[in-house]
Amino acid sequence: MATVATATPSTPKEFDTTKPQAMAIPKEGYFDLQNGRYGPVYPRTPACYGFTIIAKIKPGRADSIRAYGKTIEGAIADLPDALATLKLHYLRWVLFDIGQETYFMYQGIFDTDFDKYTEDAVALFTKYGVNTVFENLEGFPEDWKTNVPAFVKFVRDHQRPSFLEYGEYPYVTADEIKKALKLKAAFSDMLDLMQ
Amino acid sequence: MGILQQSHGISGDLTERREAPDSLELDDIQHFLMARPPALAARYEFLTFECATGGRTWLEGLIDKVGNAKEVGSSILDSRWVTIGLTWNGLRALGVADARLATFPEEFRQGMAARSDVLGMTGANQPDHWVGRLSSPNLHAIAILFARDIAERERCQQEHANYLKQCDGVNVLSTLDLEAIPPFDYAHEHFGYRDRLSQPVIAGTGVDPTPGSGPPIKPGEFFLGYPDEEGPAAGLPQPEVLSRNGSYVAYLRMEEHVGAFRDFLRAHGETPEKQELMAAKLMGRWRSGAPLVLAPDTDDPELGADSQRSNDFNYAKMDPHGYGCPLGAHIRRMNPRDTAVNMKRRKMIRRGGTYGPPLPEGVPDDGVERGIAAFVGCASLVRQFEFAMNVWANDPAFHELGNERDPIFGTQDGTFDMTIPKRPIRKKIKGLPAFTTIRGGAYFFLPGIRALRYLASLRDGL
Repeated sequence: MATVATATPSTPKEFDTTKPQAMAIPKEGYFDLQNGRYGPVYPRTPACYGFTIIAKIKPGRADSIRAYGKTIEGAIADLPDALATLKLHYLRWVLFDIGQETYFMYQGIFDTDFDKYTEDAVALFTKYGVNTVFENLEGFPEDWKTNVPAFVKFVRDHQRPSFLEYGEYPYVTADEIKKALKLKAAFSDMLDLMQ
Repeated sequence: MGILQQSHGISGDLTERREAPDSLELDDIQHFLMARPPALAARYEFLTFECATGGRTWLEGLIDKVGNAKEVGSSILDSRWVTIGLTWNGLRALGVADARLATFPEEFRQGMAARSDVLGMTGANQPDHWVGRLSSPNLHAIAILFARDIAERERCQQEHANYLKQCDGVNVLSTLDLEAIPPFDYAHEHFGYRDRLSQPVIAGTGVDPTPGSGPPIKPGEFFLGYPDEEGPAAGLPQPEVLSRNGSYVAYLRMEEHVGAFRDFLRAHGETPEKQELMAAKLMGRWRSGAPLVLAPDTDDPELGADSQRSNDFNYAKMDPHGYGCPLGAHIRRMNPRDTAVNMKRRKMIRRGGTYGPPLPEGVPDDGVERGIAAFVGCASLVRQFEFAMNVWANDPAFHELGNERDPIFGTQDGTFDMTIPKRPIRKKIKGLPAFTTIRGGAYFFLPGIRALRYLASLRDGL
């Protein structure tokens, strides 16, 4: 190995979640090279983990990609926990043109290091047919279902790391937010009961 | 032994098997991952081949001694079990062509030492500190011998030493002798925990999993060339004769710091009962084997010894907050059961034993190395073994814990914590010491019997 990594997962830190924070990120997308199972691990930032994948779509496929937005909407309405595995905060899917070509941007903000749960994500994509979106992208490996390393390589090759991320409530996980909302509701109920 | 006895009827002739790829070719699979040997002693010999012909000669002469899965239960195998594994460098040293070597997965090609940062082997666990020259690129093969007793092991070891003299340029890099820890009526390791409590059952072997152990797992999760939990076999290393019926195993030599472990228990428990409870909280089971989810307050040795009951529990419904079994306890990390997805793709088969003299109770640590030298068998090192090491053992954020690693198996350097949920206020142990240190490791491929013959028959330049 050319570079000695410091530790497997990111070093433990007490994150201050009460003060808004911004983080400028080096061009590589990480500060120190730490190798995960499938390559460099990207850091947790005030805006959590995440990636932005930008890839050219195959000619004439824009409509079928766009139509898939409706499919995901329906899937989540039927099964709200369908994507729980991904520990997501937000997904943003965007189509945009550069000249005559159309590009797809998949931006996800989540609470886990993607490298760690790659296989789980691939399994989920298979289950809910997210592959139909990816298969419309140029260069996406045809054998992706049985070839996780090829899938990961595609994602990494098309990942554009942020150079700035900001969090108004930095480092807070979706689970913590959900717990806080539950607590708020429970307190509200408690106060009602005390009337 | 039940696994194999019940599965003897499975494999038919070759034609039948090709038509029914789900059936295991038991006579072509090394027995190692199929059943546990009735062994009280073992010896691992780590070898290097200085020339391909010497290595192939060595292999050729040993193939008939390697047990296959169909023979398990026979009188020969009852006294000694021989298994052969090869590193990627070993396959190359035997003369496998570059184009074919390139078809093996990246992590196996790199080897465990190069993957140490992925595995969390930092600090004292780093390959620079390993013993037995296991991090050397010259590590080519392992001969694993399990023997009924020490006398039989000594006999086999002498026989192998004599045999090596006949094989040009096959040298021993290091060896390790293993012995079970008394009392022998149940398997346990140096800390005193009962071992061998849960093991995946391979579909098609006719064995019923014990209650709570989940369904049988498709053979392709452990043996190459069979359907796995995702579908038909895919992406096999080439040629198929080399990969089919093979498995990968990750070898780990893990020292157990028994003195430090007992000091820790004493420091965190005023009474022997409280010390036992602390030991149980670290593991998730009492040392008897009884799981905390089923026996949260007091030990239940009968439960620990009862394989029909000792795995019959879950976490999400029975202990969601970890009041019984802490969220970061060893067994809750290494097998999160119903609190993780995709579990059928993360199963592994464990083999191995203990080495070094047991440290008697009440005696200060003597500084002698003792521990577990184990093999983890699977079909994908990156998806199964490396995932378990990287995420389950060493991810501080596992289960939202924030600053914890596996208290027993994770890489500890005194900067991580252990949270023990408790009403009304949880207990948090700051700066957990390291109870274990990885002293060596390697990735091996365990070829099938036909593959061993193929390797022995290779000629230079082909």
